[in-house]
Amino acid sequence: MFFIGIYGFIVRKNMIAILISLELVLNAVEINFAVFNRYLYPEQLEGMFFSLFGIAITAAETAVALAIIINAYRCIGNVNVRNLNKMKD
Amino acid sequence: MDPIINLIIFVCLGVAILALSVWAVSSKSLLRSATFLLLVLICTAGFYLFLNYHFLAAVQISVYAGGVLILFIFAIFLTSNKNDVLEKHEARKYIMGGLAALAGIAVTAFALLKHQFMYGNNPTIEGDYEMNMKLIGETLMGTDKYQYLLPFEVLSLLLLACIIGGILIARKR
Repeated sequence: MFFIGIYGFIVRKNMIAILISLELVLNAVEINFAVFNRYLYPEQLEGMFFSLFGIAITAAETAVALAIIINAYRCIGNVNVRNLNKMKD
Repeated sequence: MDPIINLIIFVCLGVAILALSVWAVSSKSLLRSATFLLLVLICTAGFYLFLNYHFLAAVQISVYAGGVLILFIFAIFLTSNKNDVLEKHEARKYIMGGLAALAGIAVTAFALLKHQFMYGNNPTIEGDYEMNMKLIGETLMGTDKYQYLLPFEVLSLLLLACIIGGILIARKR
């Protein structure tokens, strides 16, 4: 799942698609935290709390990234990565 | 629960997550991609329930499937044109991406199969460690070892910064 996300990150051109791939990557990491916590140290809680913090950070990051994307759309009219360097003008 | 049923549930969830995430990165329309992402997140919550992390499953559903997906759908609607065709990379980029993913999968599988886990061959270790809410609350609010008051506060500060930053970025000038 992590690597599917990386594949999407490289392949897609639309910024929102890239963000969706990023969500997949972070989600895979959180599953990993939870699963390794459960199967290796089931009496401790670290993995679970790291997953919890990861979820919160992901939500924050997504909100800011989508705000940036909407703003970029307002400036240049579409959301492909290649057009982003028009913002330098 | 019966181990066979456990195995069946696990395999179903795993296959569903993998297939849906492949569709999510490869489908043509963005809205469909977001829908597949939603299904992946719900399957992940099912995984957490399967592992007895009830609180984590609830957080996953409410934050991801509730909040983040709504944001995604709004952004897709706000930024999509009617006559917008998804541009494609050249084929070389696809091959490079696939190669990177396959190499990563190979390295991870090698490490997983090589490493002997401590409890890996001991199925009796899995029990029903039910998390109770009191323990979670005390762990989030305590300052002892293995308690997480400081990250919690840092996270709240981060969320505040994100709110302010989001408003500042997205407002009309």
